[in-house]
Order: sequence, then structure tokens, then C-alpha cells
Amino acid sequence: MSYLNNAVLECRNLRVIVDDNEIIRGVDLTIAPGEVHALMGPNGSGKSTLVNALAGHPGYRVEGEIWLNGEQVQSLEPEERAHKGLFLGFQYPVAIPGVTTSTMLRTALKAKQGEAHAPSVFLKELKRAFSRLDIPWEFASRYINDGFSGGEKKRLEVLQMLMLEPRVALLDEIDSGLDIDALKVAASGIQQIAEQNTGVLLVTHYQRILAHVKPHVVHVLVGGRIVKSGGPEQALELEDRGYEWLEPEIPLAAGRGAT
Amino acid sequence: METADHFSSLQDEYREKYGFSYPEQSTAKTPKGLNHAIVAQIAEHKNEIQWMREFRHAALDTFLSKPIPKWGNQEILQSINFDDIHYYIKPTDEQGRSWAEVPQNIKETFEKLGIPEAERKFLAGVSAQYDSEVVYHSMKKKLEQQGVVFLGMDDGLREYPELVKQHFGTVIPPTDNKFAALNSAVWSGGSFVYVPPNTEVTVPLQAYFRINSKDMGQFERTLIIADEGSKVHYIEGCTAPIYATDSLHSAVVELIAMKGATIRYTTIQNWSTNVLNLVTKRAVAHEDAVVEWVDGNLGSKLTMKYPCVYLVGERAHGEVLSVALAGNGQHQDTGAKMIHAAPNTTSRIISKSISTGKGRASYRGLVKAHRGAVGCKTHVECDALLIDETSRSDTYPTMEIDERQVQVEHEARVSKLADDQLFYLQSRGIGLEQAKLMVVNGFIEPFVRELPMEYAVELNRLVALEMEGSVG
Repeated sequence: MSYLNNAVLECRNLRVIVDDNEIIRGVDLTIAPGEVHALMGPNGSGKSTLVNALAGHPGYRVEGEIWLNGEQVQSLEPEERAHKGLFLGFQYPVAIPGVTTSTMLRTALKAKQGEAHAPSVFLKELKRAFSRLDIPWEFASRYINDGFSGGEKKRLEVLQMLMLEPRVALLDEIDSGLDIDALKVAASGIQQIAEQNTGVLLVTHYQRILAHVKPHVVHVLVGGRIVKSGGPEQALELEDRGYEWLEPEIPLAAGRGAT
Repeated sequence: METADHFSSLQDEYREKYGFSYPEQSTAKTPKGLNHAIVAQIAEHKNEIQWMREFRHAALDTFLSKPIPKWGNQEILQSINFDDIHYYIKPTDEQGRSWAEVPQNIKETFEKLGIPEAERKFLAGVSAQYDSEVVYHSMKKKLEQQGVVFLGMDDGLREYPELVKQHFGTVIPPTDNKFAALNSAVWSGGSFVYVPPNTEVTVPLQAYFRINSKDMGQFERTLIIADEGSKVHYIEGCTAPIYATDSLHSAVVELIAMKGATIRYTTIQNWSTNVLNLVTKRAVAHEDAVVEWVDGNLGSKLTMKYPCVYLVGERAHGEVLSVALAGNGQHQDTGAKMIHAAPNTTSRIISKSISTGKGRASYRGLVKAHRGAVGCKTHVECDALLIDETSRSDTYPTMEIDERQVQVEHEARVSKLADDQLFYLQSRGIGLEQAKLMVVNGFIEPFVRELPMEYAVELNRLVALEMEGSVG
């Protein structure tokens, strides 16, 4: 096997087929503990599909290998991958009416760790995370993502990440919809988790979050393939030149948005 | 196959927890079938007052003359064999005022169902009916001193004949529908509640209805009168053993909320899947009165129930908040009716249904505003959640608005258990089964939070039981 012994996430020749369309067409990726990788690319290039597939989206057909901490996980259920340390921060976090954020997180922690935290310990940690992300405490007893603004939802995703302490965090456009203050708060949360040795894959359109979270590697995904990987300076170049110069020889997946 | 397995596992669970039965040890029982002689026998057993006997016989004539309703689940309705039912089974000659006075088998039944424990913990009064008769009855001394009356209906008729005569059958006359006529002819048991003016019963009164015998019909009759400015919360629960043949449960419940009174009537029914539950529930709300039906329908083979409020006094408010869960082989045909017959009356209907497996949930509702009922407002919300591809939901809403100056809102939604919600929860480490249950519990949360805590816990547990393994 060719995976790096110390990689928290590695995929080999990953292909993802959605409704008979091959969206991801052979992606290799290796993320070591504490590394932050940015994944950039034009609309429809397959960024969301890639992270959803890594997290085990049930509607996709996946070929190739996904390794998590040295274990193959491509045939595991999403919750099993989560138990092994994977976290997905959603681009569009879905509302679940009637289920409070604190109930969901407590259930998730219990499922992951096999036992429930004492309510007092859990509440204390949750309170700390809320203030860390500058989210009003009463949101804890509101229903998950129900009636939240776009920015509130994204900060709540970062909060969940901090509470669940994953080994790998896939964050899908966590920066969209955030004003500059919220962006800084979210970025510092991401920086914190990376410092705790979590590998981070940060999907983004813009380089602005990368000013606050320093990436080790920047990948460019076009037409379902990584066409370029480089250092942080690459993000700036993309900001200046756009993606068009990378595209000509690779047609975009026809008519597909960020799914 | 999975569906069949699920069904049998559910049946096992129910059998263990609620579906048990004891050998029938009745002290009186009418033979199968229904005619004037049977009705006379029932009245005779009760040594009943003459006007009630006449009421029964007239109701039987109405029952015999009315056809089976032409709407609803025809397959099941048309299959009812009224000649194959025992209409009256008297389980014991004495009614207990303490559990020690209740026959052993019956006492054990209610202990298994947790009734004496609930009574000790948080109830103001308890009435327990076993087949046709109320076998246990008690109420806190303090309420008695305040003049609150909470009796079995038969005792109510004996002890307060004038009050009963004045109101009995006025909200739901025997001619209302075939099953109301049936109940009026053979009724037995149920509750009689009277709350004096400006008296608040702060903790709930509870009635529990248990069918034990095979091939029987349970026809309890409840009348609740809340006098001016009073307030009462009444809760009923029901279960039955699992038998291969159908049992019939056909109750009539009449509520009268006088000027400024508030009645909340909460039902958590959990019938076994061989029970046909055909119930008529209706309230009259006078000036400034509030009537709330909180109706949780689990179990049964077929339930047809549409709690109704006649808003006859100005500013009266009616509310129906209901949840129906239809599992495999079940049809929950439920809904609500609001009749606005006075100015500035308001009503709200929130109906939520869940269908799993091959279950079917139907919402059937009526909102009527009479001419002259100016300034009335009504809000109707029907929410259906389908769990499986084979689940079914139908909505039959009716609006009859004869007055221009009214405000009517109606929302109806049918949703499938959303894959993106499940994926979201799964990605947090929550397993698929638990994720489904979370979404379902979230869906009915607006209902559950209206229940006393003990019932909320129980309902969530029942839903979990029903949902268990329902994933194809």
C-alpha cells in the first residue's frame, strides 16, 4: 500500500459517480495531521461532491480508495466514518425542526464515544464553544439551523467541529455568508483545530479566508480532477487570474452545480 | 420480508407491554349480537332510570336505520359484523375506591400499565375502566371539598340525574352518526366530570380504558361540564390485548365549556392493531371559553376520529392539536372540525401525521363559519411525514365559509423523510435508525411539548417502539 503512515486522510484514484455522471474523475489527496489544505476551483468543478463523497454521501457511487488514519473507509456508513474521526462542515446546513442543537450534539457525542457525558460537563463545554464562536447561548436550545442566518449556520458548523474534535475536518465553503468579524472567529476556530493536529480540507472560492487560516497546500479542482497543487501563493494567483487559464483542455462536468 | 419481520417484532413488543390478557372472569355478559332485548338487559344490569332506558331504545332504532357511512375506509367499515360482538361485559360487581378492593387480575393489569404509580405521582383523580365497567375510581379529597365531581358515567347518572339529563346527548345526539347512535344505545362506563364556577383543577384527572375480553365492544360515554370561569385538564389513555379477531371501541365524548371556562382534553391512545376505533368527540364553547383537544393516535387497525368544537359564544376559542402514527396495516383517519357560530371566535388546528411501512394516514377536516360570525379567525395546518416508499397520506380538508369578514389560513404539507437531514445527522456520528427517530421526534415536538412530562416521555417511547426497524 502506498498510503503515508502518518496521513489522517488519503484518497487514491477517487472517482465519484452521481446519477450516471462521473463528477470526480480520479483524485489523489494526502493530508497529514495538523495540515490545512485548501481546495479551490470554479463552480461545478466537483468540490462539494468530493467532500460529500469522502463523508459517505449515500446517493453516490464511489470507486477508488479512501483511507482514514490508515484504515480503508470507502465502504463504511457516514456515521462510522464520523466515529473514526471524520467531520463534514456543510455548505448548506439543513434545518431539523424540533431537534435542538444541544440535543443533537449530545446524541452525536454519545454515539461517537459510546457513553454520555455528564450533563453538567457537556453543558460547560458547550457553553464555552458558544462563547468561543460568539454565538448567543440561547441558540443551543433552538432547533438545528432552523431560522438561522447563513452566517449563523456556518459558525454553528465550526462549533460542532470543535465539540466533536475530529481527526479530519472537511469544511465546505465555511466562509460564505460570513461578515469579516464572523470570518475571523470561524477562522480562529479552524486554526485551533489544526493546532490540535486535525487535518483540514478547506473548500473555498475565495482567498479571503486563507488570509486568516494559513494553508500548507492549495489544490485546484477543475472538471473533477486536481489540475494543480502548490503553496499558499497559488491562491493569490488564482484570485488574480481566475480559473479560465487552467480550464481549456478539461471540459466541465456538464450543467452540474455544487452538489 | 423486512416489513413482515418488523411487523411481527412490533406485535411482540406490544404483546409484552400492553397486549397481554387475563382469562375473562365476568360477572355478567350479554350474548353476542344487538337488539332491543340486549339493550334492555344492559339497562337492567345497571338498574337504570326510566328516561335513560327510553333514550337507549330510541338510539338503537336510529342505529338500525342508519347505513354505514359511505366515506372513509369502506373495506374495513363494511366488514364489521355487528352480530359477532359482545356489547356488555361486566368484569366485577364492585367498584373499588382503593386498589386493594379491585379484583387481583384487574389490579395486576393496571399495575402493569403503570396506573397506580402515575396516580401517586401526579394525578388529581383516576378512573379505570375494564371492559364495560369502571372498576376503580378515586379523586383527591381537596377537589371533592371544592365541589368537583369526577365519577364513572353510570355513577354520575345515579348521583346527579338532573344535571346529566340536562346535558347528556345534547352535544352529540344519537342521530349524529351511526356510531354515536350505537354508543347511545349500549353505552357503559366513561366519566362524568363537573367543575363548579371559578374552580381550577390544576393537576390532571385521568381515565384509563382497557379492553380485556375477546370479541367485545367498549362503548364508554364521557360528559364533562366546566362551569363558568372554571378550568380542568382531563387525560385518557387506552390499550387492549392482541386478538386475531377485531374489537370495537366506539366512544362518545361531550364537553361543555360555559362562559369563560377552559377544558383541555388529552388523549394518548395506543390500541392494539385489532381494534377498530370509531369515536365521536365534540365540545361546545360558550362566550370566552377555551376548548383544547390534544389527541395522540397510535395503534388500532382503523381510527376514525375528528374532535370538534362548536364555538357558540363570542370570543370562544377552539383548538385541536393532533398526532397520528400509522404503521403497517393501520389506517389513521383523523382530523378536526371547527364550527364558528358566533362573532370573533378563533380556532386553530395543527394536525401532524406519520406513515411508516404500509401505513396510511388521512387528514379529514372541516372549518365552518356561519353567516354573522364576523371577525372570526381560523388557522389550519396539516403536516404529513412519509417514512417509506410504501407509506401513504391523504388530505381531505373542507372549508365552508358563509361570512365575508373572516380570516382563514390553511397550510398543508406532505414531506418525505429527507435524505439530506439524515445524512447531516449521520455525518455527526448518529446512526441511521436513530437519525430517523430524531427527525420524527422533532416533527411531533410541537405536540409532545404540550403534554405533561410523564406523557411526553411515554409518547416518545411509543414512537420509538413503532419506528423500530421500520427502515427498509
